[in-house]
Amino acid sequence: MTTLTLDEVTKTHIKMSYMEAIVAAEIEEMQRDKRVILMGEDLSIYGDGNITTEFGSSRVWSTPISENSFTGAAIGAAMTGLRPMVALNIASFMYLASDQIINQAGKLHFMTGGQMKVPVVFRCTLYHNCAIAAQHSDRPYPMFMNAPGLKIIAPSTPADMKGLLKSAVRDDDPVVIFEDTNLWGSRGMVPIDPDHLVPIGKADIKREGSDVTIVSISGCLKPALAAAKLLEKEGVSAEVVDPRTLVPLDKETILKSVSKTGRLVLVDNANRTCSAVSEIAAIVSEEAFESLAKPIQRLTTPDVHVPASPGLEKLLYPTKEQIVDAVKKIL
Amino acid sequence: MPFNTAQALEAYRRMERIRCFEEAAQELYLGGKIPGACHCSIGQEAAIVGACMALRDDDYITGTHRSHGHPIGKGAELNGLMAELMCKKTGICKGRGGSMHLADNSVGIVGESAIVGGGIPLATGCGLSAQARGTDQVSLAFFGDGASNQGTFHESINMAAVWKLPVIYFCENNGYAITTSVKDSHGQPDIARRAEGYGIPGYIIDGQDVEAVYEVTEAAVKRARAGGGPTLIEAKTYRFDEHNVGLDIIGEPYRADSEIQDYINNKDPLKLFQQVLQGRNVTQEDLQSIRDEVRKAVLDAVAFAERSDFPEASELYDYMYSNPINYPATSTH
Repeated sequence: MTTLTLDEVTKTHIKMSYMEAIVAAEIEEMQRDKRVILMGEDLSIYGDGNITTEFGSSRVWSTPISENSFTGAAIGAAMTGLRPMVALNIASFMYLASDQIINQAGKLHFMTGGQMKVPVVFRCTLYHNCAIAAQHSDRPYPMFMNAPGLKIIAPSTPADMKGLLKSAVRDDDPVVIFEDTNLWGSRGMVPIDPDHLVPIGKADIKREGSDVTIVSISGCLKPALAAAKLLEKEGVSAEVVDPRTLVPLDKETILKSVSKTGRLVLVDNANRTCSAVSEIAAIVSEEAFESLAKPIQRLTTPDVHVPASPGLEKLLYPTKEQIVDAVKKIL
Repeated sequence: MPFNTAQALEAYRRMERIRCFEEAAQELYLGGKIPGACHCSIGQEAAIVGACMALRDDDYITGTHRSHGHPIGKGAELNGLMAELMCKKTGICKGRGGSMHLADNSVGIVGESAIVGGGIPLATGCGLSAQARGTDQVSLAFFGDGASNQGTFHESINMAAVWKLPVIYFCENNGYAITTSVKDSHGQPDIARRAEGYGIPGYIIDGQDVEAVYEVTEAAVKRARAGGGPTLIEAKTYRFDEHNVGLDIIGEPYRADSEIQDYINNKDPLKLFQQVLQGRNVTQEDLQSIRDEVRKAVLDAVAFAERSDFPEASELYDYMYSNPINYPATSTH
């Protein structure tokens, strides 16, 4: 949360969308460091088509449809002096590249006894809630949370996106960044400073409160904040915590909030079994059980595939009304 | 270009180093001193060394689960490699990689992959990096006949062809992917003939002839350095030992004893090259003195590895991240 006055904000910040924040971070990092390259499919039309023109073909690699191998090529390039940003586009395509992400990127520093560094960023978009059915709509970050060696971030605001993507590019480890397409159009104030960084591994309290903690993952921040507003009208003060980074998880911020409120509602668009919030629920149960006044509530997508039919798909993801109900259940 | 005398003796020395190192490894493995896996490349030394002799120290290599020969062929020191086979803390990978993953950054071995075909995209990326950085380095991917049936083979070579990357795709075709023969797994058993489909040159060479391997690889490297793009090279070779040292194949043998004996007796790359060298006025004494020097280096490496410690329990989480953040997670209890 910003503590600047409106006047100060307009001098140091600019309003932009989540999508614009992604492109701005990439362009600024490419301008800052010539080792940073961009790889992925259909990049000639990306960033309004200006990126290839500005940086040339040795910095922008528009790839054939070969996800596993261009991902591996990025890893090889990362080990030998470059800092690639790889656009894997739709997160469901990660499965094609998962061998290289899990077996190579995540393991090579360890398996070589620290000889190799793998400074690579994989951008994966969570393309759900837009009627493109089960093979394009997965939210697979929990699977990758179970693959040690990766850092995993899931920003929810334009400022966090820009600052975390920049931190990811400057980090010496492989970072997987999940961006929620439902946030692409959302706008917010973003620092102009090209060295504006949001630290990896640091949660953010998006709204302070005292009666209940709502932890929301990525795009779930929107219904979580909306629910907090509705609850406020009913005299319930909800604290909304956004982990921003899923690995390494900032559990201290979450535990501290729960120890203050004694109540926890978790909101996640991933499938229910072993979702990101399943891990958070386990940590809170193990480490702050005595702080809890009532059982933890998890709101997730059920363990069902995403149907193409919009009427069915909209039943899947947690809503502000469901969040309000979950909070009331444990008040 | 054929080898000059110094190159020829160096090639022989490196082949002997692989042979002698792996004979020691076989004994140590069967004696319980090497845990896990041990895949030896005995019989394939000419393919490995011929390719490596065409590379500079700053060129890159990725390899396979049969990983011992590649760093030795590229000129690595033996102590760290043998200690790694024994999973010691002085190992080149600090005991985290073991026999199948002998990376040695000092000689450009960026990683040997035990996922079959997994190293091919990495080598492609090393070539991409060299091209993007404007150096004249090349990279070489060693892989086997089995890996040529992975999607990464197709995807990577196609990308390298499109971008004219300085990459040598080097297939050590030893005829068998563990027990599955090339004829039972390849519609076209001459793997290098696939090069035409990617619009790049492909060469099939006798992998038991170190000089033939060198000459073809050297020409491919030269072309790659000059911006001419990738080459696919297939060295027909043979593994003398089992897939893994001591592996007991139950049931019908997948290759005939007579075939194995024919290679050992008539197509041993070291014996073949000794004959070549003797025809060039290299004496028996010269060869013996190389063998003596190699044997001493291997015995020293074994002694070094044996007296080294295993990694400490307190080091368990080391090397997980270059830049650890809140790692390992601590309990608040």
